Amino acid sequence: MLHVAFLIPLFPLVGFVVLLTFGRRLGNPLAGWIGTIAVAGAFVATIITFAGLLGRPSNAREFTQSYFSWIPVGGLQVKWAVLVDPLSIFMCLFVTGVSMLIHLYSIGYMHEDRDYSKFFIYLNAFVFSMVLLVLANNLLVTFVGWEGVGVCSYWLVAFWFERDSAASAGKKAFMYNRIGDVGFLLAMFLIFSKVGSLNYLTIFSHTHLLGSATATAAVLLLFLAATGKSAQIPLFNWLPDAMEGPTPVSALIHAATMVTAGVYLLCRMNPILGLSSDGRWVIAIIGCATAFVAATIASSQHDIKKVLAFSTVSQIGYMVLAVGCGAYIAALFLMVCHAFYKGLLFLAAGSVIHGLEDEQELARMGALRKWLPWTFATFLVGWLAIAGIPPLAGFWSKGDVLANVYAKSFPLYVAGVITAFLTAYYMSRLFYLTFTGKARWQEAAGDQPAHHTPHESPWVMRIPLLVLAFCAFFGGVLDLPWTNRGLNNFLGPVFAGTLYHDNLSMTSQWVLLAIDGVIAVAGLAVAWVLWRVTASRPALTPAFLERVWYWDDFYDALIGRPGQAVARFSATVIDAKVIDGAVNGVASLVKSSSTGARRLQTGYVRNYALGIVLGLAAILVFMVSRTWWS
Amino acid sequence: MSALAVVTAHSTIVLPHIRYLAILPEIVMLGGAVLLLGIASLVRRPLRVTVSTVGTIVIAGTSLGLALWQWADISSHGPYTAIDHAVVVDGFSVLITITVACAMILSALVGDGYLRREGVDGCEFHVLAMVSATGAMFMGEANDLIIVFLGLEIMSIALYVLAAMNHRRAASGEAALKYFVLGGFSSAVFIYGVALTYGATGTTNLTQIADFLSHNVIASNGVLLAGLSLLLVGFLFKVAAVPFHMWTPDVYQGAPSPVTGFMAAVAKAGGFAALLRVFVSSFGTLQSDWRPILYAVAVITLLFGAGVALVQRDVKRVLAYSSINHAGFVLLGVEAATAQGVSASLYYLFTYTFMTIGAFAVVTLLGRRGDGHHDIASYRGLAGRQPLLALAFAVLLLAQAGAPFTTGFLAKFQVVDASVNAGSVPLAVIAMVSAAIAAFFYLRIGLIMYTPVAGKGFLPGIEPLDDDEANAGPSGESETDGTGDAAPAELSAGNGQRPVWSGTEGAVVVRTQLNAELLLDTAPGEVQVLDPSEDIVEADAVDDETAAESAAEDTAKVPVPALAALAIGLCVAVTVVFGVIPAPLIDFAHKATLLFIP
Repeated sequence: MLHVAFLIPLFPLVGFVVLLTFGRRLGNPLAGWIGTIAVAGAFVATIITFAGLLGRPSNAREFTQSYFSWIPVGGLQVKWAVLVDPLSIFMCLFVTGVSMLIHLYSIGYMHEDRDYSKFFIYLNAFVFSMVLLVLANNLLVTFVGWEGVGVCSYWLVAFWFERDSAASAGKKAFMYNRIGDVGFLLAMFLIFSKVGSLNYLTIFSHTHLLGSATATAAVLLLFLAATGKSAQIPLFNWLPDAMEGPTPVSALIHAATMVTAGVYLLCRMNPILGLSSDGRWVIAIIGCATAFVAATIASSQHDIKKVLAFSTVSQIGYMVLAVGCGAYIAALFLMVCHAFYKGLLFLAAGSVIHGLEDEQELARMGALRKWLPWTFATFLVGWLAIAGIPPLAGFWSKGDVLANVYAKSFPLYVAGVITAFLTAYYMSRLFYLTFTGKARWQEAAGDQPAHHTPHESPWVMRIPLLVLAFCAFFGGVLDLPWTNRGLNNFLGPVFAGTLYHDNLSMTSQWVLLAIDGVIAVAGLAVAWVLWRVTASRPALTPAFLERVWYWDDFYDALIGRPGQAVARFSATVIDAKVIDGAVNGVASLVKSSSTGARRLQTGYVRNYALGIVLGLAAILVFMVSRTWWS
Repeated sequence: MSALAVVTAHSTIVLPHIRYLAILPEIVMLGGAVLLLGIASLVRRPLRVTVSTVGTIVIAGTSLGLALWQWADISSHGPYTAIDHAVVVDGFSVLITITVACAMILSALVGDGYLRREGVDGCEFHVLAMVSATGAMFMGEANDLIIVFLGLEIMSIALYVLAAMNHRRAASGEAALKYFVLGGFSSAVFIYGVALTYGATGTTNLTQIADFLSHNVIASNGVLLAGLSLLLVGFLFKVAAVPFHMWTPDVYQGAPSPVTGFMAAVAKAGGFAALLRVFVSSFGTLQSDWRPILYAVAVITLLFGAGVALVQRDVKRVLAYSSINHAGFVLLGVEAATAQGVSASLYYLFTYTFMTIGAFAVVTLLGRRGDGHHDIASYRGLAGRQPLLALAFAVLLLAQAGAPFTTGFLAKFQVVDASVNAGSVPLAVIAMVSAAIAAFFYLRIGLIMYTPVAGKGFLPGIEPLDDDEANAGPSGESETDGTGDAAPAELSAGNGQRPVWSGTEGAVVVRTQLNAELLLDTAPGEVQVLDPSEDIVEADAVDDETAAESAAEDTAKVPVPALAALAIGLCVAVTVVFGVIPAPLIDFAHKATLLFIP
């Protein structure tokens, strides 16, 4: 059953090719259905592979499937091959599953878009790249997938590129990711130079070839890659801008799947991470800082999708924190639960936006409970899940992370708990502003007219909401602390030597969980008091937080403006005078000499024959001179 | 008693054992050609083009299949020599046979459309091409200088006639005549070289020459070196290396376009095959003597080919000079004189076959009826009219320029790598510089194809010239070049755009005159010239009407016959697929080198 693994990337690839070729002709909604079916096929193939993997004993769940040799150059042997192991299949399961739901949702959401088929082309290309990233058996093919998801993200963020903001958001996302990609490339070079291979299994069995300094460098470079893709400090501020893309894209790429690629990479490279304790501390601290900073920002945003975006940054911060603590499985547990509830929240937010005809301002929502009952109910589940209310998925997964952090470092744990409180607070704020209170969408604000009555979304959009709500509710059963921990057992072999064991007693685990629950409820309560009725409290949304800690302004002053100055200087002086001068000089030199050479081509046969004779004579003279000299 | 009787009385002529399997692809190819010709002469009416095309494809396909069978055979049983060691069947020869057979199939596909368009019946094109292909195959298989010479002549003589195929165009006949005179000259040089080599070594067999040279140190090897030089000249003429290249532009331009593509691929494959075998294996011990020569020849070939192509206006001439540049690149591999060099050269020849035949197939189509529309200006806006055709041409040109993800890149990379490993670093650098220069004219054609013709329904040349326009820009420049009467109405001012290329503002000439007049003007006894007008600026103004007509024709769609489309598609597919997945072809060339005798 493991042999169907090749179908996992093949399905979305075929979908991509079919849509690329016939997409426009298939039109709306057939193109969407074909895209969805392709991803559903990948999901089924993943389930079959998963079943096959479960059928093996837990220490033999590793399997490489090679397709063809890609770069056979001397010592560098790169193959197109997939590595099927618990980690990659676990990732594939939720990537293809969530993608399938979001494809389905997009059929309804993108219904009125004129580039309907193009949207699904990109979406299928994205799923293919993401699956490739996850399944690759070597760093280079992972990098291909990594760049593939990057470019799809660019296309999809800038999908409505007629809008300036969307076009520049796409560029911003791309640029920030490039910085991370440099880290990936350098890490790859470094590892190759020491180990002589890019194959994961070969690298992992030769980690002794990496010295501790090299290992730290490699870890930090890999982490740089992860900060770009997973939107961590200092490269996190592309993600909120990326909300310019259509909402299903935000749900799929910028919440559930692509942004977790960095965390996946760190988990995949766990034997390298295991070599560098310093590197892991950096990861843990940055993750914790990101979680906290993003949570503060999320509590003061006014755009429904921006709040969710910063919330995503914050949640990935938790995952990175867990990875830094060596609690890989906790990170992955949070990742999958996050994919469920954040995907759900985005899709529900999309349903709200859809219902209000593209309104995203929280100030112009409120009291939507009555008009959007399905959306309300599912959003409620997502909200409680992310806030960490027991017994929903978020409670268990965040609790797992925090327990590990507690055992590792108390200061980080405190920061984590404060962030958990903030999370409950800002999500509740979002919820109250959207679904309770007064119906502010009826008021005309400034130059904007009042909205019509909001309408509930069609069933193709509701089904994914319901499925995800179910998952967000019950997702915790994957890894409950008092059971025999299914996820831990399944993923355990991948992290055999490097997994951190918190060794907490059952009592302290329960106490920690109780603290989590109390904190979550406290967050809900505070927000209830502050935001249930009032829609605007400027004191609680200071400009410092609204403007993202002036992070963008800082980059603008530090890099943007000097960069522009350098570019301007290069354009006006270096390029125009120096380079163009040299190029034009060479060009005119070549041109004049060519014109001269062309005159040899007289058209007369006698001259041509003379050329042959002269050439022969020159050769003979050379030969004669050699015989004389030798 | 006559001399013959003396000989026959005192010795019996021992015929060698002939192993027909060794030369089966050639037998099929040549026999098929003769058969086709026989059928054509027995039926009353000229043979239909379809019949000859199908026949040719079947014959060449069979030949290709047999070559593949030979490949399988030598892969398992090892290479061997046959017919008294005069021919050799090894990886090298089989690769050349496969190359030539592929070229034959592709050319038959392209030629089919051409013959229909020009209304030529009969099977001459196909038959002659097959005969020529047989010659090239023999050059690859030859293990004896005499066989090399036989192959050379079989290939060349058929090519002379092919070049003259289009008897309606004076240029065609002129090209053939030039090719014939110069080819005869170079053959004479070559056979003299064979004689001198025989004189020095006592044999014409390549293996025995190598043996002789490795066992004997010749004190004064003047005769041998002279023979070697003459052989070299003979080969360099065939592969169009500078300064033995001068026939190339005229012949490429004058010959019918499908023939040009065939010639570019097959003559180069055959010529380089023999050059590689004779020099790298037989004269391997004399490397220090001939490598410097090839070094120098490669340098000037690379630079000259790339440089002069820049200032050409006729696309066929551009491609002719580009083929000279390509010859320089293959010479890099020969000059390296290592196994890697041989492998790289073989890879280059194989992939170049597809790139060049594909490119000339497009040129054939765009030449329109009469095969005369090869001015670079008539390519303007092609992408708007026929996007697929333009895309295919662009891909093939990019491949020739050496763009990554095409076989062209890999081919250039390999020869340069071989050259560097053989210690000829400066040569490799020059090659890369020449590739950069060459990229310019490939890209220029691409750029022109993707530059739209200004204004729909507005044909260049119909509207009267605006004074401002006529005085401004390029036409002004052409005046400074001494053309005086602003001939380039069609190109520069007429469509309100500056020409996008930079090299030719001075030479914008609308060439509608037939070169027949030039031919007639020549003094008797002198074979003059296709076309000095290419090289000296022609001042004659063209009637507005003529310009308008040709412009109107230029912007019409050209029909694309299915078979030609198939050929172009195949060429593009091979070029791109093996550029993206390089391993199979590189392995093929590498293995061919491993199975190399001696």
